[in-house]
Amino acid sequence: MPGALAYAEIREGAVSRASREAVGLARRIAADAGGETHVVALGPPGTAEAAAALAGFGADHTYVGESEVLTLCQPDIAAAAIARLVEAGDYDAVIFAATAQGRDIAPRVGARLGRSVASEVIECRREDGAIVVRRPMYAGKAIATLRFTPGPAVMTIRANVFAPAGEGAAGEISNLDLDGLEGRVRTAALEQGDRDRLDVSEATTIVSGGRGMQGPEHWPLLEALVEALGDEAALGASRAVVDAGWRPHGEQVGQTGKTVSPNLYFAVGISGAIQHLAGMRTAKVIVAINRDADAPIFGVADYGLVGDVFEVLPALTEAVREARSGD
Amino acid sequence: MNTIVCMKRVPDSATRVRVTPDGAGLDPAGVKYVVNPYDEFALEDAIRRREEAGEGKVTVVALGPPETAESIRQALAMGADEGVLLACAGSHDALSVARALANEIRGREVDLVLFGKQAIDDDNMQVPQMVAEFLGLPCATVVVGLEIAGREATARREVEGGHEVVEFPLPAVVSTQKGLNEPRYPSLKGIMAAKRKPLEQRDVTLDAPTIEFLRLDEPPAPAAGRIVGEGVDAVPELVRALRDEAGVL
Repeated sequence: MPGALAYAEIREGAVSRASREAVGLARRIAADAGGETHVVALGPPGTAEAAAALAGFGADHTYVGESEVLTLCQPDIAAAAIARLVEAGDYDAVIFAATAQGRDIAPRVGARLGRSVASEVIECRREDGAIVVRRPMYAGKAIATLRFTPGPAVMTIRANVFAPAGEGAAGEISNLDLDGLEGRVRTAALEQGDRDRLDVSEATTIVSGGRGMQGPEHWPLLEALVEALGDEAALGASRAVVDAGWRPHGEQVGQTGKTVSPNLYFAVGISGAIQHLAGMRTAKVIVAINRDADAPIFGVADYGLVGDVFEVLPALTEAVREARSGD
Repeated sequence: MNTIVCMKRVPDSATRVRVTPDGAGLDPAGVKYVVNPYDEFALEDAIRRREEAGEGKVTVVALGPPETAESIRQALAMGADEGVLLACAGSHDALSVARALANEIRGREVDLVLFGKQAIDDDNMQVPQMVAEFLGLPCATVVVGLEIAGREATARREVEGGHEVVEFPLPAVVSTQKGLNEPRYPSLKGIMAAKRKPLEQRDVTLDAPTIEFLRLDEPPAPAAGRIVGEGVDAVPELVRALRDEAGVL
């Protein structure tokens, strides 16, 4: 019976939540066909220890490729190793999280296998044996339904949409042979900014600021709310704010920024241009705070609050802090 | 240095997307088409390098319907030297598009193949990596900084919460991200000059994809929300609703 393969990212010795989501979907697809769930992880020597945790998420088999050169992600080596594993195995799905790594590697694997790739998948099911997926296009203004022809269905899955794998029986771990694999590019350094805070694409709660914040000097008000919302929260920004140079592009939510699906999204001082709405409309709960009661953002918000952001934000931060500490 | 910039014509990001009733695709009525915004960073980079070096050629290659020629003219007006249109109906499948582009690029004398990091219609973010695989070239994606010294390149690429520095020899494939540069607007002189620049058009046939496009749907309309109130007085009700109704606090 064909199984499913998930690519797991190990960061600082820990399995990322996005990777657990990939493993979770692989388990579901494999179980449908009565096949096995396999996981592949790559990294420097010592990765096998972190992978032991992965095996505990219900993978039947975990392949670990270790090499000094894999201290940083080397996309060519990863793609070649994964493609080789897929060719040698029997998989009808190869699943990556739609992270920087997954987005970079999955198409390389697809090209090597001669298989199309579905990006940012938000639904995945089996129909008459074929794997059918749904994915956003036009930054979420439309949803495409696609069916893979027989063969491995290579895909990246959007963060925070699929349930992460829970604990499962520990499977086998074996060494993945990387012999003869060389990279055409060499990742030389990783410059990480403030990793105390999650990237907007990884967060389950996002607080985004727009023009209504009136200047970068007022961002501490938003940062305080992020702080109050806990470790899974991150800052976002509208395009207007990024174009004005108030915030870095990495924080931009929208059609020419990041498309996000957090559990909770605060749009603060954001009017709701169509390209911004495209990037956040799949958030599960949307809160809009804006002084203009006619702002289009209220049209997509679950909860709207009309008011001066400079008055509302400090009060909201305090109330959120109290509500959360009361748990 | 010779650069190929692969470009796509896409609906403007301000487009209100409507799907045809049969779900076959985007209703083209009232849609304004533009050069894919990320491709403009690639074009700007290629043109600047040629201007600084005082030599070399920038070739724009685009795959799509015949109207794509208008978008190639825009790229020529920005300063690209020549254009190639691979005429076909287009496809949502990155693999078959990448194969056709790789076939076009193979055999050309090229040092750098540039793409925008993704097209804002299909949002696949796959074609550059696939073209690189088909051509056996190094590939750096989502690049916000690119330095080339001799035959060696160093790129900064955006990753979660930071940047990666990658090194590779030329020729290579690079996909560009916002932040790399500020694309120029075509000058009137550029627009006039573009009319006389060579634009070759060739029909191509794409391979059958290994993923079938079944249909396109508009996302469900957002459930009607409510205004919880005005000003600071409404904060307690907002927090109560988030905690007790929505269960997200």
